[in-house]
Amino acid sequence: MNNEAAIGHAHRDDLGSKMGMWLFLFTELLLFGGMFILYASYRYMYPDNFKVAAMHLDTLIGSVNTILLLTSSLTVALSIAALQRKQTRFSVYLLMFTIVAGGAFLVNKYFEWSTKIHHGIYPKGPEMANLSDGEVIFYGLYYVMTGLHALHVIVGLVFIGFMIVFILRGKQTFDNYQKLENAGLYWHLVDIIWIFLFPLFYLIH
Amino acid sequence: MDHVSYLDYKGKHKGLAGWLLSTDHKRIAILYLVSLIVFFLVAVTFGVLMRLEMLTPGRTIVDPQTYNTLFTLHGVIMIFLFIIPGIPVVFGNFFLPIMLGAKDVAFPRLNLLSWYFYIFGAFLVILSLFVGGGPIDTGWTFYVPYSLRTQSNVTLAVFAAFVIGFSSILTGLNFIVTIHRMRCPGMTWFKMPLFVWGLYSTSWIQLLATPILGITLLLIMMERIFGVGIFDPALGGDPLLYQHLFWIYSHPAVYIMVLPAMGLVSEIIPTFSKKDIFGYGPIAMSSLAIAFIGYLVWGHHMFSTGISDTSRAIFSFLTFIVAIPSGVKIFNWVATMYKASIETRAPFMFVVAFIVIFSIGGLTGLVLGALNTDIHLTDTYFVVAHFHYVMFGGMGLLFFGGLHYWFPKMFAKMYNERAAKWGLLLFVIGFNTLYFPMFIMGYLGMPRRYYDYLPEYKIYHIISTVGSWILVTGILILIINLIRALLKKERYTEADPWGGTTLEWKVATPPSLENFDEIPVVEHGPYYRENLIKPEKSH
Amino acid sequence: MSENTHTQEHPGYGLYIVVWAGLVGLTTITVALAGFNLVGLTVVTALAIAIVKSLLVTNYFMHVKTDSAVFKVFIFVCIAIFLVVIILTFFDLTYRFPLK
Ligand code: HEM
Ligand SMILES: [Cu+2]
Repeated sequence: MNNEAAIGHAHRDDLGSKMGMWLFLFTELLLFGGMFILYASYRYMYPDNFKVAAMHLDTLIGSVNTILLLTSSLTVALSIAALQRKQTRFSVYLLMFTIVAGGAFLVNKYFEWSTKIHHGIYPKGPEMANLSDGEVIFYGLYYVMTGLHALHVIVGLVFIGFMIVFILRGKQTFDNYQKLENAGLYWHLVDIIWIFLFPLFYLIH
Repeated sequence: MDHVSYLDYKGKHKGLAGWLLSTDHKRIAILYLVSLIVFFLVAVTFGVLMRLEMLTPGRTIVDPQTYNTLFTLHGVIMIFLFIIPGIPVVFGNFFLPIMLGAKDVAFPRLNLLSWYFYIFGAFLVILSLFVGGGPIDTGWTFYVPYSLRTQSNVTLAVFAAFVIGFSSILTGLNFIVTIHRMRCPGMTWFKMPLFVWGLYSTSWIQLLATPILGITLLLIMMERIFGVGIFDPALGGDPLLYQHLFWIYSHPAVYIMVLPAMGLVSEIIPTFSKKDIFGYGPIAMSSLAIAFIGYLVWGHHMFSTGISDTSRAIFSFLTFIVAIPSGVKIFNWVATMYKASIETRAPFMFVVAFIVIFSIGGLTGLVLGALNTDIHLTDTYFVVAHFHYVMFGGMGLLFFGGLHYWFPKMFAKMYNERAAKWGLLLFVIGFNTLYFPMFIMGYLGMPRRYYDYLPEYKIYHIISTVGSWILVTGILILIINLIRALLKKERYTEADPWGGTTLEWKVATPPSLENFDEIPVVEHGPYYRENLIKPEKSH
Repeated sequence: MSENTHTQEHPGYGLYIVVWAGLVGLTTITVALAGFNLVGLTVVTALAIAIVKSLLVTNYFMHVKTDSAVFKVFIFVCIAIFLVVIILTFFDLTYRFPLK
């Protein structure tokens, strides 16, 4: 029954825990949602500037990063499946792969940002004065949105790191894996946000 | 047996730590109550100081910069630290689990964490007064571009609001999961008390609107710290987009304040009318409807800012629609009271006062929601009067109403009802003396947020300032009366002093640590009169 | 009780890998399409592909397809509110800055 979970503190309520996680994901979604509203508005106001600015982003790095995140999402999903089948080692390896892929994503991001900064394109940077209003805003949004996203990647990686520890210590097992599932949900959300950021910043031609 | 009351319970931690570290929803509610009252009184003091300044034209007690700081702090504290958390964090925390027949909220530790976020945010607000550029002077709306340029410490203050917002989100999240997952056997959705419906609708707004404010405030910080030009017109940004995002949150925030208050009214009316509520379903659904429509009307705060005519017409039209679900509630409340033998006890009188004052606030809101009149009245004292009628006379007053309704249950002490009624009377008289002249001043053109005024407004300002003194007297009587009750030696252990029918009146007074010895099984609707138990001593 | 023991049949590795292949395929398509000049349709196609991709992720990786229906309702409400807000914002923008 639906209400059984109410009986007693000690009773574990996996569905409730998952619900809490989903609700939290909505807040993240709307946090980025606010920025997507700004992006849409400014792209509408400065269509040509946005095009010019987007040309200068490296589509290759963007694509590689997309594949990295998609694959890391896959391995999280697989790792839950592995745990359900009591293949604990395999599950841990898959999570480790996720961490590696997520780390690689961040490294790429680092190089991407530093090239831009090297060229003087950053808020208040020397190149910014030569750019049109729309381009300045484009880069402003670019830094804030990808920066905030990268922050979420880092948080997600920390979560997943904890999950590895939990699994190794037997705190997450084949019949008790809601924490792992929640960490997975978070990671997939980070992936989804990138799925939208990628075409919006790298693929305007 | 674990029959010890939550007030007497001695856990791992003793004394103050037993409160500060407790994850019991009831103790957390008391933590919130104390903090809220403190902040409220601080902000009231600022309000009274402002009124004192306005007693005479020109400088009376403070200079313009201080006046700017006063109204900003007054607004920020009242909005973010008092009225938005308001009813949910105190009465929601205390009574939501009990009303659902549960032992606690879904995530008790998260609940305590929310309080710490709230206090940390408040601490940052205070800190922002003393570090960096000093106290903020932007108004509680932090409008760009001024908030990007001013030397005052906007960055920290905005971060404080962000942290408080996070606390609000966590509370909303906790309540939604609690309502979905912790209802006791038999407690179907349509057997929940209407206060719970109010909380449920509010929680969704907290959850889905606050992040928009969060990101907006973060962007202000980014602009100030790194110079990212997103709202800055000098860098091609559009300040109106800031206002859009700000009000996308802040209009629904009005409903964060009002929906739980309306839920509270729906509790108090059946209790004192000694009748089942009329129109349970419509009242419950209108809460959800208000929550949703509340997202569609934010533009009415921007009528005079230069947004497009088409959108002004749309927002004006949508604003009128909100009146419908509110009307549904009022109709059903009146129908419940119709031909009932009403007991005019103190909590009920708060509801009466609420309905009168809130109606004035609502009607003047329609004046402002109408495009043509708003253009004339915007940024005048008319607006100041309007939002005090709605927020203070509406939700603020009912906060005290709820306190008087549930006080005996929460603290196991009974207050002097006569004193409470006198305090309320002074409150209402003072309130109208303070704010009604503001409608007239505003109509005549007195702009808000100025420390000075033309002599022709003098008489209204004097009346208004005198009103603030009467109002404060009323508030003090109410609070002191409650404190005196708290200091009483003997406990009041009546389980159901008012003849209420919802579950909180069936548990012991004060509630035991786990609320219920045995999880109840519900068979009837919340206001079914046979639910009434014979008043009995529980200890 | 049964809710906690996750008695539903567990999805197989194979399904996940197929979904992943689909996601990678869609990524290739969207990158490739960006090379063409689709006139006004660039944004639309890019967003359409992104939506399909995120549907794949939510339904399969995040198990929404097989999970309790309440999550579908939640997601719907969340998206609906976001869309309403963005549409209303554009009622201001499109009339304030009419397209030339
Ligand atoms: C004794 C109680 C109160 C007094 C005397 C008072 C007085 C005032 C005064 C004089 C102003 C400034 C008007 C101006 O110059 O523009 C003001 C502004 C304001 N008040 Fe109150 N008020 C009181 C209670 C409240 C309460 C309970 C709330 C909220 C629920 C509230 C919310 C606000 C807000 C949001 C503003 C606008 C601040 C701004 O312009 O940024 N006030 N109040
Ligand atoms: Cu509004």
